[in-house]
Amino acid sequence: MDKQAKIELGVGVLVVLAAAALFMLAMKVSNFAAVAQDRPTYTLKAHFDNIGGLKVRAPVKLSGVVIGRVSSIGIDRSNYRALVTMKIDRAYELPADTSAAILTSGLLGDQYIGLEPGGDDEMLADGDEIELTQSALVLEDLIGQFLVKMSDSKGDDK
Amino acid sequence: MIRMLRAIGRWGLSRLRAAGRAGLFLLGLLPALAYPFWRVRLLLKQVYNTGTLSLPIILTAGLFVGMVLGLQGYNVLVDYNSEEAVGTMTALSLLRELGPVVTALLFVGRAGSALTAEIGLMRSTEQLSALEMMAVDPVRFIFAPRFVAVVLVVPLLTLIFTALGILGGYLVAVGWLGVDDGAFWSQMTAHVDWQDDVVNGVIKSVVFAVWIAVVALFQGEEAPPTSEGVSYATTRTVVQGSLGVLALDFVLTALMFN
Repeated sequence: MDKQAKIELGVGVLVVLAAAALFMLAMKVSNFAAVAQDRPTYTLKAHFDNIGGLKVRAPVKLSGVVIGRVSSIGIDRSNYRALVTMKIDRAYELPADTSAAILTSGLLGDQYIGLEPGGDDEMLADGDEIELTQSALVLEDLIGQFLVKMSDSKGDDK
Repeated sequence: MIRMLRAIGRWGLSRLRAAGRAGLFLLGLLPALAYPFWRVRLLLKQVYNTGTLSLPIILTAGLFVGMVLGLQGYNVLVDYNSEEAVGTMTALSLLRELGPVVTALLFVGRAGSALTAEIGLMRSTEQLSALEMMAVDPVRFIFAPRFVAVVLVVPLLTLIFTALGILGGYLVAVGWLGVDDGAFWSQMTAHVDWQDDVVNGVIKSVVFAVWIAVVALFQGEEAPPTSEGVSYATTRTVVQGSLGVLALDFVLTALMFN
């Protein structure tokens, strides 16, 4: 094999390896496949008293199946509650009385929005708001309530 | 006292002058950078020299760094019953920091030093002057192909290093320590962002590549034409190249991940 052929072969090997690495990083490691698919979505809004540690791009789940993502989180200035907008896959239509709760996957896991479909015949359309919401559980509040109850029951004993 | 101040001043001026010369050197290089794409043979030879010949060290290092990350991550995470997160941890640390940085450090040692030595020897044996005598522009013919090759090759090597590191982590975590196969990949996909993690890592490696290329070529160009001078220049390339990469990494991390 002459020198030029060897060089070309070597460079070819390098480029092919790099392309394979990029493909693996895109498809298996990162969310590129999910982003690139970009299925048609519609937007829903929901007000929460407290969103806890919910982040943008957190999953929206229906019966544990991911059907959308949180697209933005902000404060509604008219009532100072958290306003969460999410993009839901168009393939899934939800009844108008669907409720949303902020849940945690596992004890230390990330927070996500869990949807509970209702029985209404009307379906939520693009831009609609989910009226029934349940805030995130904040551990400090829970402990506070627990302590208050404990001291209350002690007071009763006396 | 005065003498000490003068020494400090002289040192500072010589540093500044060197920085200025490096800037002018880069400026002179810029208009010639398109040239290697017309003379692909020159470019291919440099890509082969700097890239393909660096593959063995990059492949081995990537695999072992990934395996160590898998092992260490598992040992910590198993205490919290979340050993599936070992994939996420390996992938994120490789994509954001270790991939670009370790590849750049290895590259400085493997290819940057060789570039400096090569150009330093060309200067000391007056090959560069000979080229000029033959009306061949050394900037277009010698420097530009090397610069372009380095900037192209380092990101490619970084991608290979990172992918192999993740495979190494997979090998240890799933193959040896018994982490669940599906959870390993699905957790990774859920937490690794294409734009934030993969693309930013590649941007980092391009910045490192430009720094390494400038340092290696400039030190070769500046080297005093003696065997001692060339050896000092090679050392300086490795030291300045590595320190620069680490400093740039801090700046880039602060800009990207805040």
